[in-house]
Amino acid sequence: MKRHLVLLAAGALIGASAAAQSSADEIAKYRAMLADGNPADLWEAKGEALWKQARGPKNASLQQCDLGRGPGVVKGAFVGLPRWFADTQRVQDLESRLLTCMQTLQGFDAAEIAKTPFGRGEQANIESLVAYVSAESRGMKFALPQAHPAERTMYEAGKRIFFYRAGPYDFACATCHSQEGKRIRLQDLPDLTQAKGAGAGFGAWPAYRVSSGELWGMQRRLNDCYRQQRFPYPGYASDATIALGVYMGVTAQGAESIAPALKR
Amino acid sequence: MTFTSRWIAPGAALLVVGAVAAGCATAPTVDYDKVALEMIKGSFREQGQAKVDRLQQDEAQRICSGPAPAAADLKRIETAELATIKPPASGRYLGDWREGEKLAQNGRGMTWTDPAGAPAGGNCYNCHQMSKAEISFGTIGPSLYHYGKLRGVKDPADPAAAPIVQYTWGKIWNAKAYSACSEMPRFGHAKVLSEQQIQDLMALLLDPKSPVNQ
Repeated sequence: MKRHLVLLAAGALIGASAAAQSSADEIAKYRAMLADGNPADLWEAKGEALWKQARGPKNASLQQCDLGRGPGVVKGAFVGLPRWFADTQRVQDLESRLLTCMQTLQGFDAAEIAKTPFGRGEQANIESLVAYVSAESRGMKFALPQAHPAERTMYEAGKRIFFYRAGPYDFACATCHSQEGKRIRLQDLPDLTQAKGAGAGFGAWPAYRVSSGELWGMQRRLNDCYRQQRFPYPGYASDATIALGVYMGVTAQGAESIAPALKR
Repeated sequence: MTFTSRWIAPGAALLVVGAVAAGCATAPTVDYDKVALEMIKGSFREQGQAKVDRLQQDEAQRICSGPAPAAADLKRIETAELATIKPPASGRYLGDWREGEKLAQNGRGMTWTDPAGAPAGGNCYNCHQMSKAEISFGTIGPSLYHYGKLRGVKDPADPAAAPIVQYTWGKIWNAKAYSACSEMPRFGHAKVLSEQQIQDLMALLLDPKSPVNQ
């Protein structure tokens, strides 16, 4: 009788996991269908126009912005970020670097933009800008520099922050993202501690999110992760978020960038 | 890599980084643990019910954040966490599995977008398979399908079932009592769920009529 029950249980498990597998397949098919005309294209086009448009108190464009490959060079910049910038004496990711350029070239108040809620005002413009800049590196391989000591420090700090467990639920980034082949509900979780998972996870953002109809940059992705970790609120372009970007990006070295990608 | 239990004095980490940035000929050894802690301290702010005191680690969180914790540390954590488990004041371990199923489906609670004081869900399906009907389940935790049935629980009130009933209560109350670095939240100990809610989840797992055991 007991053996019979165990067999029954095993049968039911196989049935349920087959159903879950087919749902995951259906979701993958749906994504492939949508990817044909990824709505992120719209953000890319708007971002390119914003890049070239004279705006802000100084009525200047961003065309002289140095994203790490020299003033005005957009192609290939995304796959080398975050990196050290001598002018700010900081390691910066794409979003914190855009804040710098918007302040120095266009005269915007970077601190004010950092405080603006996602999706509003200049934050909405940054979403378009990150779509444009990341798309200019589509198909290129991540190659974050690690030559400067501050870049290595950010990598080491980022790794520790990734594994930092705290809050009422004891969660860290690692709780969901340090094993291969795991899911939350039906959502596949990339293992961000390994090259393959970091390439698929880190390498997909910025992305268009079907569930919210929004374009999210890495900063917003990390922000919502921390919300679900039950942590307090990570500052926009704060050092902890940039350090995590360095840790994930260096782990993803060699992976191809597909950003801006399409997500659930 | 271990994290110190207290926050370091601001500036110490910056001094080290500053020296590196200045390009000293002899690069000082950077204490990355301190740099990371300082960075965490400086990067978060409170929002809604999520205050910055949540960044403070207790000993279990601190030890489980480092690679390869020592066996003696794990043992000490488990002993301390075991001592936190409170059996139900009423003596009643099982509630209503229907309420338990609703809780298992509910992943809300304690984020900065949740209203403070609103009851939290159990989050169970996020990580565990539970019933046959619900195919949208996560796989971070083991499957709990047929949890009571596989353990031979035919009548949870039978004294023969007491060990598994009490263990299950303890596991939900404080998972770290049985596995120091378990990924599972300490639902009772951290006051995420009430005694009544845990009773309902107990029924979902152990009541022979629950969908978990069908």
